[in-house]
Amino acid sequence: MSVETPGFSLRATPIGTLYRGGEGMWTWVLHRITGVSLFFFLFVHVLDTALVRVSPAAYDEIIATYKTPIVNLLEVGLVGAVLFHAFNGIRIILIDFWAKGPRYQRQMTWGIAAVWLLIMIPGFYFMTIHTIDALFGSTS
Amino acid sequence: MTTTVVAEVLVEPQSNVTPVVMPETPVPVATDVTFRIRRYQPDFDEEPHWVDYTVALYPTDRVLTALEKIKGEQDGSLTFRRSCAHGVCGSDAMRINGRNRLACKTLVKDIDISKPITVEAIKGLPLEKDLVVDMEPFFAAYRQVLPFLMPEGHEPTKERIQSAEERARFDDTTKCILCAACTTSCPVFWTNEQYFGPAAIVAAHRFIFDSRDAGANARLEVLNDKEGVWRCRTTFNCTDACPRGIEITKAIAEVKQALIFRRI
Ligand code: HEM
Ligand code: SF4
Ligand code: FES
Repeated sequence: MSVETPGFSLRATPIGTLYRGGEGMWTWVLHRITGVSLFFFLFVHVLDTALVRVSPAAYDEIIATYKTPIVNLLEVGLVGAVLFHAFNGIRIILIDFWAKGPRYQRQMTWGIAAVWLLIMIPGFYFMTIHTIDALFGSTS
Repeated sequence: MTTTVVAEVLVEPQSNVTPVVMPETPVPVATDVTFRIRRYQPDFDEEPHWVDYTVALYPTDRVLTALEKIKGEQDGSLTFRRSCAHGVCGSDAMRINGRNRLACKTLVKDIDISKPITVEAIKGLPLEKDLVVDMEPFFAAYRQVLPFLMPEGHEPTKERIQSAEERARFDDTTKCILCAACTTSCPVFWTNEQYFGPAAIVAAHRFIFDSRDAGANARLEVLNDKEGVWRCRTTFNCTDACPRGIEITKAIAEVKQALIFRRI
């Protein structure tokens, strides 16, 4: 655009109130957060997996440090982030290419939330049951 | 907030007309409503700040009425734009309770008055004074998409014929009043004022899909820019903010598709 606007100097307005956007705005915020998080996860994941070619012993050592309750929770978070990002990614593709997509974006958002919960609630149980057993003793 | 009065109807005894009972007519009552307005007077203020004003309003009053009452009765320095006062000129887009709205189309009965109503300038354009922003970057983007008919060939002796179906393709985007509610609700625009913004894309859409127009390629080229349609992240803030109910995100998607498939 032809207007000369150097960086942030334009914004004489300190932020004011938070804009009260709807589902679309918040799914976009989440999509970006999960997308960037996934990028950093994959970055680390490629490094630690590549280590197996350099030194299998060091690889085993690193993997052993992952067997803690905190990393277990991070794993649950990772699955949650991937699922949200993937489902919402499909929602965005439908908005872009399906003629009725923009009109049903809100319903699709709630659909994603429902499917996500449907997977994450049992998923949380199965992913953490080993840690829970280890921490509090076996339930069986 | 409303009391009810039942109108009594006197019927002549000899009349053979069935008596008409008037429906119950609710009589509106004025209530005190507090507005928390983000004031900025560049001659005195270093920073914008909130000031509260309380005015008595009817449920059917608009936020614009409140601003005019405050300006007229409490503080004449309060600065805002308005012209038509009927949702046609696009002058008074502002952020009411955190969302972009036209002050002249926002009724008191549709907002929660149990808390102060926040009113602030639209976001992302340079603030000049109180609720007034510099609209020039917004109009500059608008002008760049060539928002005028670019016909081809000889001018017909009569009108340029168009079928109802052809007209329907861009009907929605003809309704824009250039209020900037959409562009200044867009998170992408807030952090990057180089983005053309939804309103400019709406204006382009109105001509790109007009069968009488031959300038679609020129406009699509403008919007194929890295600051063009591809910046859109489909947050739907624009669609939710538009006082004309234009399905803006849908219009932007149609322009994106026209670029991807090179087909109008
Ligand atoms: C599981 C399959 C995936 C699908 C279906 C998917 C889909 C999408 C889509 C459609 C977008 C465009 C969003 C938009 O237009 O606003 C996007 C953005 C993005 N994705 Fe993914 N994605 C996937 C996996 C990943 C992975 C593994 C990463 C990390 C390396 C990632 C990182 C990102 C980032 C950083 C963005 C940009 C977000 C933004 O601009 O706000 N995605 N994804
Ligand atoms: S598209 Fe709607 S919100 Fe945007 S400028 Fe036009 S009337 Fe205002
Ligand atoms: S004053 Fe004209 S649109 Fe509100």
